[in-house]
Amino acid sequence: MIDYTFQWRVVWRVWPELAKGAVVTLEITVLSMLIGLAFALVFAVVRRSRIPVLSQFVHGWVELARNTPALLQIYMAYFGLGAFGIHIGAYTAVLGAIAFNNAGYLTEILRGGLESISRQQRMAALSLGMNRFQAYRYIIFPQVMRIVFLPVMNQTIWAMLGTSLGMIIGLQELTGATAFQQSLTFRPFEFYFVAAVAYYVIAKTIILASRLAAARLFRG
Amino acid sequence: MIEIQDVRKSFDTLEVLRGIDLTVEKGEVVCIIGASGSGKSTLLLCINGLEPIQSGRITVDGTDVHARGTDINRLRQRIGIVFQQFNVFPHLTVLENVALAPRIVLGNSRAEAVDKAKTQIAHVDLTDKLDAYPAQLSGGQQQRLAIARALAMGPSYMLFDEITSALDPELVGEVLDALRMLRGEGMTMVAVTHEIPFAREVANRIVFIDEGRICEMGPPAQVIDDPQEERTRQFLSKVL
Repeated sequence: MIDYTFQWRVVWRVWPELAKGAVVTLEITVLSMLIGLAFALVFAVVRRSRIPVLSQFVHGWVELARNTPALLQIYMAYFGLGAFGIHIGAYTAVLGAIAFNNAGYLTEILRGGLESISRQQRMAALSLGMNRFQAYRYIIFPQVMRIVFLPVMNQTIWAMLGTSLGMIIGLQELTGATAFQQSLTFRPFEFYFVAAVAYYVIAKTIILASRLAAARLFRG
Repeated sequence: MIEIQDVRKSFDTLEVLRGIDLTVEKGEVVCIIGASGSGKSTLLLCINGLEPIQSGRITVDGTDVHARGTDINRLRQRIGIVFQQFNVFPHLTVLENVALAPRIVLGNSRAEAVDKAKTQIAHVDLTDKLDAYPAQLSGGQQQRLAIARALAMGPSYMLFDEITSALDPELVGEVLDALRMLRGEGMTMVAVTHEIPFAREVANRIVFIDEGRICEMGPPAQVIDDPQEERTRQFLSKVL
């Protein structure tokens, strides 16, 4: 027989603590995506233009980011860098590692998007006297962004869920904050259940918000 | 003036241009004809530096197109090109397609650029489509949009690369009309075309290219109506 009385009030009582954790989760998600995208935009062009040395560097980055566990990447940033005298906080370590990871995945996503834009679009842009940067900025990337919109959204959700690994090095993001609170009350089910719902709501909110933004941005 | 001197161009081991010499004077309309794969389109792309050349020289108003020190972006502002596949920008409206380059390349203010764009859009008779996206336009309308986009830069020369080849037959007329209008305004034009009757009508000179060389060149009355070369006769008998 199941003999368990749900105690939701204990969760409610500490909701500001959980909300603080959720804010950290959101912050790292947004920042790591922006940083990752900024790197990936440059990386994708470097890869596609096959610029020597730089292209190999990017290739190495992508391989590492995609083929090693994110947890290991966080450990590397937090503990590993210490070996070289670089000591960073848990927040920076998680942000750095997730951004590193995002940059890797996003590079491949953007590269695929770039491949799908006809070479003729670039030619048309150049024929009007645009330089290469203008061609990418005004003609190519705006078209790539429509194509990669869904995969980039997936990556955003992945990054958001991935921040939960931060608790391993003591970061008080949503999972970390939840784990700490439940340890005070011994109500793991209630706490983790609420955290799961919170993650779900955040994910759905991100998707909805970006759909709305896309509808405005990508007309035509 | 466009001067092409002994230009050679290869893709890997395939030599597509084998020593082309051609001069286009201001105000002239030159139509280039020839079989598919004879190098006509490649020649156009070489004129505005979209394709590199292996040897020879192309100058536009005295500026060497392929020289290292040439500001190619600046030079291209003077040479408009319209492609076979339209290549309009699908994410921009008709107005934005035309106004973008004047704004970001020529540094026009937004109002100036929009003004310029509207003038050229009216020129090709698309004023009722200002806010439409290319996907909502017919092929003929897209091609006219591409012409307006090139004209908005105020070019001295216009290059046309088989601009009616991808169009349904009933849409060819409206695009050729735009070219006739440009000719009437004295625009210097080089057009690669398969429309032989049109070439005969508008061209000052016809250039027949065969296997990367100029086989025959002269006024339409000569090249089309009374070709001297056997290869020209063979080609014309197939397409006319």
